[in-house]
Amino acid sequence: MSHVLNRLTYFKNRVGDYSNGHGVLTKEDRTWEDAYRKRWQHDKIVRSTHGVNCTGSCSWKIYVKGGIVTWETQQTDYPRTRPDLPNHEPRGCSRGASYSWYLYSGNRLKHPLIRSALMKAWRKARETTSPIAAWASIVEDPETRASYVRQRGLGGFIRADWSEVNEIIAASNAYTAKKYGPDRVIGFSPIPAMSMVSYAAGSRYLSLLGGTCMSFYDWYCDLPPASPMTWGEQTDVPESADWYNSGFLMLWGSNVPQTRTPDAHFYTEVRYKGAKSVVISPDYSEASKFGDMWLSPKQGTDAALAMAFGHVILKEYYIDRQVPYFQEYARQYTDMPMLVRLVKKDGRLVPDRLLRASDFDGSLNEANNPDWKTVAYDKCANGIVCPRGSIGFRWGEQGKWNLEQKTGKGDETDLAISLIETRDDVADVAFPYFGNREHDHFHGTDHPDVLERRVPVKRLTLKDGETLVATVFDLLAANYGVDRGLGGDWAASSYDDDTPYTPAWQEKITGVARDKVIAVARGFADNAEKTRGKSMVILGAGLNHWYHMDMNYRGIINMLVMCGCVGQSGGGWSHYVGQEKLRPQTGWQPLAFALDWARPPRHMNSTSFFYAHTDQWRYETLGVDEILSPLAPEGHWDGSFIDFNARAERMGWLPSAPQLERNPLELTKEAEAAGLDVQDYVAKSLKSGALKMSCEDPDKPDNWPRNLFVWRSNLLGSSGKGHEYFLKHLLGTNHGVQGKDLGETGGQKPEEVVWRDEAPEGKLDLLVTIDFRMSTTCVYSDIALPTATWYEKNDLNTSDMHPFIHPLSSAVDPLWESRSDWDIFKGIAKSFSEIAPEALGVEKDVVLTPMLHDTAGELAQPFDVKDWKRNEAEPIPGKTMPAVTVVERDYPNLYKRYTAVGPLMTSIGNGGKGIAWNTEHEIEQLKALNGAVTEEGPAKGLPRIDSAIDAAEVILTLAPETNGEVAVKAWDALSKATGREHAHLAEAKEDEKIRFRDIVAQPRKIISSPTWSGIESEKVCYNAGYTNVHELIPWRTLTGRQQLYQDHLWMRAFGETLCVYRPPVDTKTIAPVINAKDNGNKQVVLNFITPHQKWGIHSTYTDNLLMLTLSRGGPIVWLSEDDAREAGIEDNDWIEAYNTNGALTARAVVSQRVKPGMVMMYHAQEKIVNVPGSEITGQRGGIHNSVTRTVLKPTHMIGGYAQQSYGFNYYGTVGSNRDEFVIVRKMNKIDWMDQPAQEKLEAAE
Amino acid sequence: MADYLNQFFFGVYPYICLAVFVVGNILRFDHGQYSWRSGSSQLLRRKQLVLGSILFHVGILVIFVGHFVGLLTPIWVFDAIGISHGAKQLLAIVAGGLAGLMCLAGILLLIHRRLFDARIRATSSFGDTSILLILFTQLLLGLSTIFVSLQHLDGHEMVKFMEWAQRILTFRAGAAELVADVHPIFKAHLFLGLTIFLVFPFTRLVHMLSAPVWYLGRRGYQLVRTRNPRATAAE
Repeated sequence: MSHVLNRLTYFKNRVGDYSNGHGVLTKEDRTWEDAYRKRWQHDKIVRSTHGVNCTGSCSWKIYVKGGIVTWETQQTDYPRTRPDLPNHEPRGCSRGASYSWYLYSGNRLKHPLIRSALMKAWRKARETTSPIAAWASIVEDPETRASYVRQRGLGGFIRADWSEVNEIIAASNAYTAKKYGPDRVIGFSPIPAMSMVSYAAGSRYLSLLGGTCMSFYDWYCDLPPASPMTWGEQTDVPESADWYNSGFLMLWGSNVPQTRTPDAHFYTEVRYKGAKSVVISPDYSEASKFGDMWLSPKQGTDAALAMAFGHVILKEYYIDRQVPYFQEYARQYTDMPMLVRLVKKDGRLVPDRLLRASDFDGSLNEANNPDWKTVAYDKCANGIVCPRGSIGFRWGEQGKWNLEQKTGKGDETDLAISLIETRDDVADVAFPYFGNREHDHFHGTDHPDVLERRVPVKRLTLKDGETLVATVFDLLAANYGVDRGLGGDWAASSYDDDTPYTPAWQEKITGVARDKVIAVARGFADNAEKTRGKSMVILGAGLNHWYHMDMNYRGIINMLVMCGCVGQSGGGWSHYVGQEKLRPQTGWQPLAFALDWARPPRHMNSTSFFYAHTDQWRYETLGVDEILSPLAPEGHWDGSFIDFNARAERMGWLPSAPQLERNPLELTKEAEAAGLDVQDYVAKSLKSGALKMSCEDPDKPDNWPRNLFVWRSNLLGSSGKGHEYFLKHLLGTNHGVQGKDLGETGGQKPEEVVWRDEAPEGKLDLLVTIDFRMSTTCVYSDIALPTATWYEKNDLNTSDMHPFIHPLSSAVDPLWESRSDWDIFKGIAKSFSEIAPEALGVEKDVVLTPMLHDTAGELAQPFDVKDWKRNEAEPIPGKTMPAVTVVERDYPNLYKRYTAVGPLMTSIGNGGKGIAWNTEHEIEQLKALNGAVTEEGPAKGLPRIDSAIDAAEVILTLAPETNGEVAVKAWDALSKATGREHAHLAEAKEDEKIRFRDIVAQPRKIISSPTWSGIESEKVCYNAGYTNVHELIPWRTLTGRQQLYQDHLWMRAFGETLCVYRPPVDTKTIAPVINAKDNGNKQVVLNFITPHQKWGIHSTYTDNLLMLTLSRGGPIVWLSEDDAREAGIEDNDWIEAYNTNGALTARAVVSQRVKPGMVMMYHAQEKIVNVPGSEITGQRGGIHNSVTRTVLKPTHMIGGYAQQSYGFNYYGTVGSNRDEFVIVRKMNKIDWMDQPAQEKLEAAE
Repeated sequence: MADYLNQFFFGVYPYICLAVFVVGNILRFDHGQYSWRSGSSQLLRRKQLVLGSILFHVGILVIFVGHFVGLLTPIWVFDAIGISHGAKQLLAIVAGGLAGLMCLAGILLLIHRRLFDARIRATSSFGDTSILLILFTQLLLGLSTIFVSLQHLDGHEMVKFMEWAQRILTFRAGAAELVADVHPIFKAHLFLGLTIFLVFPFTRLVHMLSAPVWYLGRRGYQLVRTRNPRATAAE
């Protein structure tokens, strides 16, 4: 009906009224409502998800109308759970629901972009020369190179077409490989689980090239080193549904409703079932309101609280009364019965390493690896036995690596966890104490550095004489200060004693009342006793981002292990951080790292890499002596952290990138010329000093990383700790570093790493970022490539939080000129193959790899640490130095290799976590499914991988989690090692094969596989450690058990054999700058805490208009009312937070929620939205990482030692940042810096 | 030729303008509901708008009412209630002049804002800017007629315009001849005024035709729109 006519009948529209005239009924026109109906009409619905590392892994319906994505809603078709367990859905949150905004937003990257200065130089050079020569002419001329390097972050992008940028990138990579070595081409991309094929696209290209793939889990400080230390496991956690099986749930430093939004319902539901919940968080977090009790300890002191809980549990459930379940569990599944040598040091008895079979005459009849078999006291035999399961049984023999309560010979055992009854003596044993260390902002106690505590011991005669030994349990109990009735100064007779680690002792440190500590510990242990281990702790970044995160974590792990919670459904350690669980991992690895063509790939731990190559080490303020134990054994504990890292690299503990000062493509020729094989040649040359490792001189131009790819990541806007150092040294552009390096301050310089007075600025020749949006990293890049969004590509997605695998699928084709990551790298590979012959042919590449976990190499040096560089040992590749392998690179055929499954899958097979199986049948299946290559060349006859879906099928076919046949093979392979039958866990699913189209139809539950320690079943939820406990598969540690005692020399040196409380470290970033740039406003010094946020996932969504509208629309920090008052700051004031590392600008949120003494900035709020200039640096604001700098911890560098062996994202240094303090003050001038940078520069001149 | 032009602009052109005005508005109201709006830029910048907009709107409403009543009220009504032509002329000059100045101040603020605020300029359409400039020109013309009117305070010229307007509106012949010899400023003012009617349906001026007056007399807190078009009063 006409709107005009309708208006003309206004007076006739009224039909009547109702409710005594309060309501009016009319018949006015309603056709306008159709506008809203049309808004929600659609032509099709496509299943996809958000690859954003939130762990949600939620399946979504993407609605498309007229070729336009119009909106998205949550999928609700997950497979049902079993009866009496809530379903997983609906999964999703407001962040994901706002994603479609990005597709058509102004922030979308629509075309390949390149810095105009670079493009001008390239086109000019290309007029006369070939591609690689053109690149050489650009980067070898300092002025031309500076013309674009100095412009990074300052705009100046122009559009380019794909063929031209691909050629530039390929030329740069080829030049770098030829001139310096392919390991100078670096790639950073995190979290494969969020989009596996996209990750694999780049890493496959790099691996075929010989480039370096960077780790992320450790760099993000999400890796809890305590997990590999205790379990030999990177991280394995229960799915969120298992919360529902818990009886006592602690949330500790994890904010479930805010950061696990789609899973939080299991937490609310289990409370209706009667579960108790305690929330431990310094601030009144969103989770706090769910707790029956909320404990608010001083931030960073959680280990003290955990130690006090452990004190109560040990005393009441192990000493005063022995709970049968706990005793059984401790005996079979923990290292508590294992014996530790006690040695004299400075007149005191100190716990040393774990006793080994080889310490005895005849090695207790163990011929295989007696150095690596730990021993215990057996009550059956009344003597020392060598129980099964230790790492020595894992390698070199088969069938005895299990947790049966038997000796290697097959005799039944009944191990004693304590020697208190069979003791020969009682000894005073010395334990280090760190809680007395001074810190301006943390309370310490005044106990001495060394506490001598009484321990029951046995006297044994070993090969090298008589020794006192104690069990791990007895040392543990003594360390906790529990009174065993043995007397001594430091045994607490009551909880009110101010003795470490009683409930009374922790009050001063944490501020939590002792009676609450006792009540929580009892509640936790009581429940575990009654339910056989259904007490659970959900924990996360709030604890793990501290420098001494291991202590926070091991304190909690101790509680769980003491109460038999690990490996029991409803119980255990639920460490939720990133989306780590790449469920079809073993199927994905060959694709991702090109293991089908060449092994091994080059991997690097990012924390050590960035510490060295962004030159954060040049500003180190923390001394090794500040964290060394007062009981440190003799050893080389001098030098600084980068020295320790260099030692770890040369001893083959940690990986290196770049690896050697010389081009690894040249070394085989040199070795041939010298008449040596490459291993010998490298070892000899290193020893003689003719060849040097790059880590010894990271600032020498030969050792710089030259090309960096960043994809699926916002390295510079989110995860780059020490952001300003990245800008200054790696990128060489405007930066906000405020501090001076050790050369200028006269601080202690490294001993073994070369110091160059002139710090390099701009190590990278080329920074390429691939993203769908103009992120901060794109802004700083030389080339920004537009990728498909999560609604425009085909990919795979899994999570820790649920057992399903489901896809990203293409709702619309990639918009504008964007391409999927798979197609982007395929294009670069093609260009590379075309231009490579100019400089590269088939080359021999020398690859160094550290001693890897889950390989026989993890048995490197069983006792002391012998350093070849100090002439303590010969350099033996794979034993005392990195392994050396020659890998063939076929550069002209790189593209052909990229697009086909290589021959090694048939000739060698596949595997993971120390087991291997044959894959011939799967390769035949792939040939049938994807088709075989018909073109001539090295790939002829091999299965094709043309499209992203082909790549997905490779993963799904090769992985035991998605191919039941492979799962059975994998379990059978494990059975050989353990001597036990495991295939029953997968046999029922042997014929199940999950393909890409299956998961597009519906998310599919994965199949149980030995890659993981939990199982998929109709009876229990996925829970970590389940197969260790129920299938008696050993943990992959030295003892084969959950290891609470860490006996490596470096662990002893740094006082962390057992868990202790260590206060945060002092980064000393305040004093040098606090009075340097006064703006007249009051200042307050606060601990800088960077939790996960509510309005974004890391930096994604922080530039999304919808989420900006829900929040304050720009960077914010949270302050307590007290601190705000002290600094004269009111809510919504613009403030600046700064220290020697740099400065950031944000608005203040003044809230009662925040604990005085800390300032919270939700991490990764983008620099590109509403961020004004800083008064301190004169640069635009800064991000949260502008005030951080990463500091390494030597204990994370240990390698070649069972569970403490390197694995990619598995072990290694971690980038902690919670110990940092900032000065907060109100800003006077808000400068939006909205003039072009060039004009401003000119105006300044 | 001069007669022909006079006849066209003041005898025919008014009907073209009014026809476009009526048909155009109906079509736009029926087919362009989403565009039927004032297009306020208050969200982009509030400063300067508040003062400028109020001055402009108050002024122009007074002028509009003045023109409407002054031109369309039959002459005999004034005669009957004893308002002389001279008095009416004086009233028109004083009241119109004051309102005009107010409006002028307002429109200058608005023009400045629209042209020199980068954000508003960027979001303005051609129509938004040009209608503002047309109104400004018309206002200047209107104000300058005051100086002409001061030459004949007896109001005889004014009566010509009343007669013209009323003839046009009542479809009577001879309207154009009435204004054939008036001062060119008046002619320009008349022409531009008619043109405003002509462009009216294509600009944001349409917001004048909508005012939520029905809220004033509405009873009841809740409004239910029935799905049944044949519903009748319940009583």
